[in-house]
Amino acid sequence: MHALADIADKYDRGYGHFTTRQNIQYNWIKLEDAGDILADLAKVEMHAIQTSGNCIRNISSDHFAGAAADEVIDPRPYAEILRQWSSFHPEFSYLPRKFKIAVIASERDRAAMRLHDIGINIVRNEAGEIGAAFYVGGGMGRTPMVAPLIREFVPLDQLVTYAEACLRVYNRYGRRDNKYKARIKILVHELGKDEYARQVEEEFAHLLGQGVEPPFAELKRIRTFFADPDFKTGLSSDIDESDPDFALWARRNTHAHKAPGYVSAVISLKPVGGIPGDASAAQMHVMADLAKEYSFDECRVMHTQNIVLPHVEIGRLHALWAKLVEADLAAPNLDTVEDIIACPGLDYCSLANARSIPVAQKISERFASTGKTAALGELKLKISGCINACGHHHAGHIGILGVDRKGTENYQLLLGGSEAEDTSLGKITGPGFDEAGIVDAVEKVTDLYLETREDGERFLDTYRRVGMEPFKEAIYG
Amino acid sequence: MVESTLGTGRDEVQFRYRDDEPVDHPAVTVDSFVEQSNAAAVRIEPGDDARALLPHLDHIQLVEVNFPVFGDGRGYSAARILREAGYAGELRAVGDVLVDQIAYMRRCGFDSFAPDKPIDEKDAEAAFARFPEVYQATVDARVPIWNLRHAGGSDA
Repeated sequence: MHALADIADKYDRGYGHFTTRQNIQYNWIKLEDAGDILADLAKVEMHAIQTSGNCIRNISSDHFAGAAADEVIDPRPYAEILRQWSSFHPEFSYLPRKFKIAVIASERDRAAMRLHDIGINIVRNEAGEIGAAFYVGGGMGRTPMVAPLIREFVPLDQLVTYAEACLRVYNRYGRRDNKYKARIKILVHELGKDEYARQVEEEFAHLLGQGVEPPFAELKRIRTFFADPDFKTGLSSDIDESDPDFALWARRNTHAHKAPGYVSAVISLKPVGGIPGDASAAQMHVMADLAKEYSFDECRVMHTQNIVLPHVEIGRLHALWAKLVEADLAAPNLDTVEDIIACPGLDYCSLANARSIPVAQKISERFASTGKTAALGELKLKISGCINACGHHHAGHIGILGVDRKGTENYQLLLGGSEAEDTSLGKITGPGFDEAGIVDAVEKVTDLYLETREDGERFLDTYRRVGMEPFKEAIYG
Repeated sequence: MVESTLGTGRDEVQFRYRDDEPVDHPAVTVDSFVEQSNAAAVRIEPGDDARALLPHLDHIQLVEVNFPVFGDGRGYSAARILREAGYAGELRAVGDVLVDQIAYMRRCGFDSFAPDKPIDEKDAEAAFARFPEVYQATVDARVPIWNLRHAGGSDA
């Protein structure tokens, strides 16, 4: 993180943008500096390989992996072995289109697993053996699809071989005539999941005889790199909530940990009125220092564009929070309406049709000023500035899609999406809005939710119970 | 220019990593190959199924795999499929073959290259030597790093 901060200072405008790919993006670097930047990254064992092009991109995973109380197995060793296998893969570096793989191992899906080209859920079968459930053909973009289950259980010592079979069928038969139909979701959809699965099985049976699987000893070796840090025992789990600001942050921005006396603490990069996912070089240095001091020198980028310190002692949480406040990094809004995912939009992106960031800023300002954020509870709001859907608008409880309509920016509203274990795609409410109109419309649907909800219901639950009609009525009626 | 230069001058071989004599006649298409039992050279286009050649491997001496544009990567799978089936003849990459691709191609079993535009020899050498270790077990002789690491150890 210190190195990332230095790059932001030296080559960019002093900040960076953390993305939904659990990566960082620099938007203002000079082409001629690229070589030097890569050299600086290499000094700290980082790189930018396979971050673009029609190849297998970085493998993403659960940001609470190895820490979450509800975890079945730690997914990281399996993500790591797939990372190795996919790096400079000679057969799969010129695929029909880019390819994204996510690996999780918990019943809670925090990685939008079924919205990836391949989503892998590491599971235990009835016999207690560990294996992988493969979901293939999900994605967002202009044709959003939820990946169907292709195989329920791939034994661990055949994981790479099965992935290889999935990719080979795609590389050979994925469409190359039209880049908008070239993702694997279109192949799986056009063939049907059963036929795709049949072809994969055939290739898999063949590849099992080709010796492509790494030795199982390698998986064991990788596991040692993900051993638990040296957790203290006998710690108290009590939180002193006498300071209400701290209590709110601690309640919202922490996640239950498997080790007693610890939590995962989320640093929100969504200050009210700020740019979602942006951090200054100074803030990055602070986060790096805090990771070292409070979380075994480890921090991670979340796909929600926040940063998590995975292993923090509950007893030291207040001290951590106080330092975050100083660095303007203590927004207490994880998973609330203010924790907006947004793509860079027209402000930074040459593909965008509309701006995303100002809409995100206005919405978070509106809800912060009316004080409704708390009442609304968990509400995932996601904004994309064009149909490529980098802001995941299809998967937001509330989604906003910016389009260009006859030269003016127009925003369409979607309701009912989810990227969690109950994956679903949002539906468009109706005619779009201008920038002020979309903020009002979001407020109207949330007001209706507050009036209509039953005990314990989140916005998404209420929407699923009552359907689209009442919401349409509230917006357009 | 009409694209009718199948197996002729355009595909001049720049790199060849074999000692045997090259085939002296032009390659034919996969479709026509099946009916011309005396042909020893065949050319695969991106949409062809390499597996159609598997029954005939014993009398093929040259397979050309055409890359009309470098971004169409179907030829990598075609090459590996042939090698996995035991094909030992020449496997030649032709067309839009660039320095960025040749190391991957080599790993997929290609042993000769006929790029549309000649590649700088030094650059090619550097490309082949770029990484001392590899992660994947493919059809070249290179042993993946994970097998080297655990050589002699138990696989269980």
